[in-house]
Amino acid sequence: MEYIQQWFEQLFGTALGSTLFLFAENLVYILAIVIPLLLGVAYLTFAERKIIAYMQIRLGPNRVTFFGISWLRGWGQPIADAVKAIMKEIIVPTGANKFLFLLAPVITIAPALAAWAVVPFSPELVLADINAGLLYILAMTSLGVYGVIIAGWASNSKYAFLGSMRSAAQVVSYELAMGFALVCVLMMSSSLNLGAIVMGQQGDSFLNWYLVPLFPMFLVYFISGVAETNRAPFDVAEGESEIVAGFHVDYSGMAFTVFFLAEYANMILVATLTSVMFLGGWLPPFNIVPFTYIPGIIWLLLKIAFILFFFLWFRATFPRYRYDQIMRLGWKIFIPITLIWIVLVGMIMQLPASVRDTFPLNLWFN
Amino acid sequence: MERIKHFFKSFLLFELLKGMKVTGRYLFAPKITINYPEEKTPQSPRFRGLHALRRYPNGEERCIACKLCEAVCPAMAITIESEQREDGTRRTTRYDIDMIKCIFCGFCEEACPVDAIVETRVLEYHGEIRGDLTYTKEMLLAVGDRYEQQIAKDREVEARYR
Repeated sequence: MEYIQQWFEQLFGTALGSTLFLFAENLVYILAIVIPLLLGVAYLTFAERKIIAYMQIRLGPNRVTFFGISWLRGWGQPIADAVKAIMKEIIVPTGANKFLFLLAPVITIAPALAAWAVVPFSPELVLADINAGLLYILAMTSLGVYGVIIAGWASNSKYAFLGSMRSAAQVVSYELAMGFALVCVLMMSSSLNLGAIVMGQQGDSFLNWYLVPLFPMFLVYFISGVAETNRAPFDVAEGESEIVAGFHVDYSGMAFTVFFLAEYANMILVATLTSVMFLGGWLPPFNIVPFTYIPGIIWLLLKIAFILFFFLWFRATFPRYRYDQIMRLGWKIFIPITLIWIVLVGMIMQLPASVRDTFPLNLWFN
Repeated sequence: MERIKHFFKSFLLFELLKGMKVTGRYLFAPKITINYPEEKTPQSPRFRGLHALRRYPNGEERCIACKLCEAVCPAMAITIESEQREDGTRRTTRYDIDMIKCIFCGFCEEACPVDAIVETRVLEYHGEIRGDLTYTKEMLLAVGDRYEQQIAKDREVEARYR
């Protein structure tokens, strides 16, 4: 690293060289996050098709081989799909606002990728270790809905507009429950920094994770996350059986693919945040020898994969919620639960220190 | 009491977990998909696929141009023209089946007094331009010549039910 910096400074002069080096360094880090993420997205679509097929007693994609390796049947499917999508024409409808129409997919995917900046992969491995990481995450995930609204508006189509209206109402409602659930987490960890939140869950075993004291919050956060990403059973924004494809009904080719990527990147993001906030991020389930040998990032990836499996499982199992049921669930059930739990956590935090040091409480409040 | 039970059941997402149990079980269930070009579903000897015109073992075509098949065909897919040959027998000069009209009901096969027109087990055929799927007499005879063994075997199996 030092050597490369010196080389930059020799090449461009000290002042310019160090700035350029910083720029290049961050660019490399960003690529190191985004490229595996996009690969993960590609193979998440494959996993989804395969797992849902298996749950429906089908086989799923099994024709396209991966570079001709016969036992990897189906593994070339995401690559073939990507090539197909790139080759296709982007059709802009006559009545559409062309600028907004093409801006919408960009607005959708940008926050989905930008939010990864503050995600800690292991104690040292984080791109931007900022203090208000959780706030940044909340801001970024809420921005995603603008892309959906703009897409629905710019398409100048009734179905698209209906889809984006539904999506806007739904995401705004669930944002509240999600935010309140996270308030519990940050009350317990007394920090907005994601790394500090994970460190707050450190202990002997998985009993120290916030999953245990905040189990209802975990459920609320996870289900709100499913609703935030417009996934089944909360996919009224897409609703392919009623409003065709909702907000992206008029999109084709790469513009559509970008929406698709954003949806799956958001899924991975929600899964990551759930594992960081409730499942102890990079921490092993037991702090004893065979588990601590495995590097933290592997544990994090395992937890992400576990949560993502539930996303797919939900999609294979549940029929779509009716619109008013979604609203009822968000406003009348989730928000009261979170409010009660915030008060509960606050009351426990105000207990005298001697009580907080007794057995189950000393695991989480210290 | 009943209401409290119901409240806890719905509050703890009991039904949803039950649904997930079902799909979770099917995740490991044996899959029923047939990988079509490699694997095929079993066919009955009564399978009704592509038509064929049969011949007698001596090479004489069976069809006597009685036109019963043309009359019975509900889709009016069969067109027959005939004339008398020099030896005094009546034979077809034209026997067309429009496979696009045909509904594969098998009535022609049932109507035929000499087992001339039959439906084979062939289901993998296609046309690329208009008219490709209008099968002429020569084409139908060729199909019959090609699959005669299978056709004869299927008639043999089904003989006691006819």
